[in-house]
Amino acid sequence: MKAFIRKQRYLIDFTLSSLLRRPGKNLGLLVVYSLIVFLLASVMLFTHALRSEARLVLADSPEIILQRMVAGRHDLIPGSYLEKMGRIRGVIGKHGRLWGYFYDPAVQANYTLMVPRDRQLAEDEAVIGAAIARTRGVSRGDFLTFRSTDGNAYSFRVSAILASDSELVSADLILVSEQRFRTFFGIPEGYYTDLVLNVRNPKELRKVAEKLTLRLPDTRPILRDEILRTYDAIFNWRQGIVFVLLTGTILAFVIFAWDKASGLSAEERREIGILKAIGWETSDVIRMKFWEGAIISLSAFLLGYLTAYGHVFYANAGLFEPVLKGWSVLYPEFRLTPFIDGLQLATLFFFTVFPYTVATIVPIWRAAITDPDTVMR
Amino acid sequence: MEPIQLHQVKKAFNQGRPNEFWAIRGVDLTIQPHRATVLKGPSGSGKTTLLSMIGCLSRPTSGRITRGEQLLSGLPERFMTEIRRRTFGFIFQQFNLIKGLSVLENVMLPAYPLGPDHAQLSRSALELLHQFGLGTKAESRVEWLSGGEAQRTAICRALINDPEILIADEPTANLDSRLSREFMAIVDGLKQTGKTILLTSHDPVVFDSPVVDRVVEMSDGQIMDPSCC
Amino acid sequence: MLLNPAILALSIVSFVVACMMLLATGFGLQVVRHWDIGSGSELQLTMERRTYLISTLVAFSFMAELVALLLFIYNAEQISSQFVGAMCATGVLNVDPYGWPTLYLKIAIFFSGAVWLTLNHVDNKARDYPLVRVKYGLLLLILPLVIAELVLQTRYFLGMDPDIITSCCGSLFTPEGQGVAAELSGVEPGTAMLLLTVSGAAALLTGGWYLFQRKSGIAFAVTSLTTFLIALLAIVSCVALYIYEHPHHHCPFCILKEGHDFMGYYLYIPLFIATAMALGAGAIAPLRNITSLKEIIPAESRQLIGVSMLFMLLFYLVAAYAILGSNLTMVEVWW
Repeated sequence: MKAFIRKQRYLIDFTLSSLLRRPGKNLGLLVVYSLIVFLLASVMLFTHALRSEARLVLADSPEIILQRMVAGRHDLIPGSYLEKMGRIRGVIGKHGRLWGYFYDPAVQANYTLMVPRDRQLAEDEAVIGAAIARTRGVSRGDFLTFRSTDGNAYSFRVSAILASDSELVSADLILVSEQRFRTFFGIPEGYYTDLVLNVRNPKELRKVAEKLTLRLPDTRPILRDEILRTYDAIFNWRQGIVFVLLTGTILAFVIFAWDKASGLSAEERREIGILKAIGWETSDVIRMKFWEGAIISLSAFLLGYLTAYGHVFYANAGLFEPVLKGWSVLYPEFRLTPFIDGLQLATLFFFTVFPYTVATIVPIWRAAITDPDTVMR
Repeated sequence: MEPIQLHQVKKAFNQGRPNEFWAIRGVDLTIQPHRATVLKGPSGSGKTTLLSMIGCLSRPTSGRITRGEQLLSGLPERFMTEIRRRTFGFIFQQFNLIKGLSVLENVMLPAYPLGPDHAQLSRSALELLHQFGLGTKAESRVEWLSGGEAQRTAICRALINDPEILIADEPTANLDSRLSREFMAIVDGLKQTGKTILLTSHDPVVFDSPVVDRVVEMSDGQIMDPSCC
Repeated sequence: MLLNPAILALSIVSFVVACMMLLATGFGLQVVRHWDIGSGSELQLTMERRTYLISTLVAFSFMAELVALLLFIYNAEQISSQFVGAMCATGVLNVDPYGWPTLYLKIAIFFSGAVWLTLNHVDNKARDYPLVRVKYGLLLLILPLVIAELVLQTRYFLGMDPDIITSCCGSLFTPEGQGVAAELSGVEPGTAMLLLTVSGAAALLTGGWYLFQRKSGIAFAVTSLTTFLIALLAIVSCVALYIYEHPHHHCPFCILKEGHDFMGYYLYIPLFIATAMALGAGAIAPLRNITSLKEIIPAESRQLIGVSMLFMLLFYLVAAYAILGSNLTMVEVWW
């Protein structure tokens, strides 16, 4: 056992020095290899971070949202429905929500207007998201004026700017008072955008939703779990599509690796011949070449992954943010929460190291079975 | 230590194809231990092919090579290598040192697959280098060595696994006559320590040397004077 | 069909592995046909050199399959949020009828790979390569497993439809239910623990017997395999309960989650390694009468069995730790 480990150390030692003796050849491979890892890892880290961001946001949202449907379209819901639905077992809280979208022609962006439940705002007061503050160039104490649907202009005094912890969602948010919201959008007293219900036990969710549709047939319950599932599916799917698109790149890389591994220089051939002549066995040479592959893979993997990590979490995935994020014009500027998991690493391994190794097996074997007496001919 | 015996050894290249070629056509030979034997003959006479078969570098197409009880031919490569690296040390015509590595590393290379203790290995490699007057060159790279130094490095490499038999293929082909004589002196010293030496050469400095106990002449894949065996 | 990177990766791996095994088996058959160990011909030399390629291909395939097995379960765990009713890997495996068979095949491939590599290792130590025909013949048996796995896995992934309402561990692993999983969960924890102790003791005894007497390597393999099966049963019916600290949660996968300190890995990994090595030892045990293997097999078996027993003990220690360290008490339930 001891001899076995020492032998591996000798092989690694020899491999390292042989890699360093041919820096040009291996540098090219390393760069291409790292680039592949970088591309795939960036996509993975980015979508994954987005997904966990969405989960983080939704974690605080209510379990069930109830919308009223009129002619198949989402309509205002009367507050009386809260009583009408009666007591449903498992529901620990219910209330109406007021929110809507507003198009601001000045910056050509959509805002989300909302009435907060956890803070009391004065009639002309507003709390805005950081992205709005940035694009409109306002800060605390400034005034924002919007033209409402009835043609009147309303001014809001910015009393606070939302913290950018999860800017992905709060970027375009404006919090206003209930009074102002109703006058601004012309929503009559007693009506809400939708109703929300809190259910503590997730196993009761489906039952509660079922009862709701029975008691209030003109409504549609939306479960948080369902939104989460849709998010997961969409992010997974996007990631999958990108990976499929990148398959061509991986294939090109595999051919490149095959070519590199089989195109041994005369010098390398001579070296393997010498090694075999002085007592190295075919499997020793295969093992040595395996270590070579492992060292290259490991460095490329680390290099590519770390660059991708920096790219996604420090440079905000500048390269493909517009493609994958697909939000409104107001790009949130935020730091994604770094997140690494084993599944990602294993998947990445199978997309990079695995094809590389497969591509090099046959060339390595061919090199390793060099006749030991070639050096004597 | 037992002699190496060859019995009706034949070797073909490109077997079964139109360019089939029999390099060795039936050789019977006994190589005595602790002696220096030279295979002599023009190029193409098959002496190098025979040497590589005796040294377990390649296998005879037919015939048997034995050393005492042990069969050397007809083994899978894996086991031939195992025997080879413990029994034979090789010195090649072109020296075949690996460029870019230091003298010390080159000498240690044959021991790597055996996985010996590193400190011990480098100690014995240094001892060998000192013995052959290369102590100061241990850390230099091999491409900076002169012809004589390169060959002495190759000898050290051949000796690192302490083999019983030393094989050298045309050892003086790349040396001037002074260095060739020096080489034969080294061979003499090795013979004194009990090594069996097997050389191929068509250099008179080698086969006329008093160090050599026996000269086997070859031509066309056969031994010229079978009576000598 | 779900399109996510892990699923893509798993499909690629299975496909490539199937290709590599096809290549290896093809070469293997050629080698068997032309093999003549006594010959010094160039053909024989070519065949001998092919054996290196075959072993490399097979060894690499099995390694990839091993990582793929972990990825498979991990992925099932991860995408469970996309299926109504699925809360862990169980639910995802239940999405269509091909989930479980794929998992079983992956495990079977892992074990047959271990056996093959052991045979190969032993064969490479004997000067006349006595097992060449046996091991390349065995490849012919493993190849269908690999291809079946590729087909089943593909159907499994294609059949994944997020609209399907699947049943998860809560309903599958309940003593009141029907089917194998329910039967497993229905086993009294006491009975399971008793069986586990008995079979473990039997495995350790036969292993110890071999170490001292050099006999009955097969018996060790058989007792170890039995222990493996009983251990899975015991995990479902009893050990898992202690890890969850919940008297009715019988899932074999949720223990892999972070929330349970990854206890599952500590249980499964030693168990799988021990079983794989025991099977390897059992496979080479009947070959001890081959002349060139007489010296090699006892030495190799001793090592394999020794290490296997160590890992088995480790499994038992982890299981004991899980039970004793748990806040769940089942005094009235089974002891």
